[in-house]
Amino acid sequence: MLAKRIIPCLDVKDGRVVKGVNFVNLRDAGDPVENAKFYDKEGADELVFLDITASHERRRIILSVVERTASEVFMPLTVGGGIRELQDIRDLLNAGADKVSINTAAVQDHVLVKQAAEKFGSQCIVVAIDAKRSHVNQGNGLPLKWGVFIHGGRTPTGIDALEWAKLMEEHGAGEILLTSMDRDGTQEGYDIPLTREISRAVSIPVIASGGVGTIEHLYEGLVNGEADAALAASIFHYRQHSIREAKEYLEAKGVAVRI
Amino acid sequence: MVSIIDYGMGNLRSVQKGFEKTGYEARIVHTPQEVLDARALVLPGVGAFRDCLKNLESLNLVTPLLKSIKAGKPFLGLCLGLQILFSESEEFGLTPGLDIIRGRVIRFPDNMTAPQGTSASPVRLKIPHMGWNTIQVKRKPPCLEDIPDESYFYFVHSYYVVPEHVDVVAATTCYGIEFTSCIWKDNIVACQFHPEKSQATGLKILKRFAETVS
Repeated sequence: MLAKRIIPCLDVKDGRVVKGVNFVNLRDAGDPVENAKFYDKEGADELVFLDITASHERRRIILSVVERTASEVFMPLTVGGGIRELQDIRDLLNAGADKVSINTAAVQDHVLVKQAAEKFGSQCIVVAIDAKRSHVNQGNGLPLKWGVFIHGGRTPTGIDALEWAKLMEEHGAGEILLTSMDRDGTQEGYDIPLTREISRAVSIPVIASGGVGTIEHLYEGLVNGEADAALAASIFHYRQHSIREAKEYLEAKGVAVRI
Repeated sequence: MVSIIDYGMGNLRSVQKGFEKTGYEARIVHTPQEVLDARALVLPGVGAFRDCLKNLESLNLVTPLLKSIKAGKPFLGLCLGLQILFSESEEFGLTPGLDIIRGRVIRFPDNMTAPQGTSASPVRLKIPHMGWNTIQVKRKPPCLEDIPDESYFYFVHSYYVVPEHVDVVAATTCYGIEFTSCIWKDNIVACQFHPEKSQATGLKILKRFAETVS
């Protein structure tokens, strides 16, 4: 049976991990490769690097990080952040990334995802959606709506998240990385209605993201939210729970996980 | 030494680095002569079936590949490198393959469902089949020697192989249906999953394969 995936996400800035694995004896806690090796040993199912480097050197830096990681760790690696064009995708894949996650550029350039899926295959194209509950529709009896935001959540697009997810699937996205901006950083748990609606609307896998504070939240996202994978950052980085603990908890509750 | 065939279908570095991690050298080859000279061949690949054959043809690699396999050279196919061995694929109409293994490559049916967790309502299975799933070992080729039954491997695919003769099946996997996830016929071993992405378990397969030729 296909296992539900548990995916730690690492923010990488200037080639260094921000908020890396704490309280663990890593030789270099800021080294993405050391962090990746740690999560590999712990039984993470995949890894996500989110590149938040702002400098002009960004491409060179992240490519070298990806290259070093891919020679040490043999698990699926997704890289997101600042991908603008096909060449960025090609470079990342050649450096050893298995998938790239596209967010802002997918909105700004509607054919990018389509071209990328045709060129490199749907399996490596993840569309990241930052969704936020739209207040316009609240309390008026209409179903809940979520809007798509870009530029790291700063810019509203006016696009409906549900419609956007369906369109991206049509354009050849292989997976949706869905982040609830309302929940991100709150540790209150995933936005379950959002996750479930998107997961039911598309036939490609959905990764739930944003808001995990406990391992119970992972269960809720995977079962109630019907997500195919659960992404989390701080609960793993700060060692509130190990990935193994999380998986044992999920297994005890009847969720198929790889242990 | 193991030779990994580069025909423009995805990044081969992870396969090469996987071999290196286990202590064996592997080189990436592009030309017909290099394929003919190789002692053992690995054919990886992700993407579309049609492009796969088209690329092999345009690089004149089909004949040397068929010759090498026929000569009994150890061959390891990965993902698309498994599918292309078959007679034909349903991807984009009907596309012919190398026809080394008789059978067809078909798409997972839509609207497959499976029970989930402790909840009663089954969920729809997503396509592609993406993530970690177990294999049920039927027969063990030498490179699967160290792999226990029910081991997890990383999969990502929307199509699967249906061999005409069940005696080539080495392992199966369940995803809505039970499908062939590894075949073994003489010098040919090919798997649908990605050993190079399957952490320590996957590397054991690469190691065993490299051992048989060094």
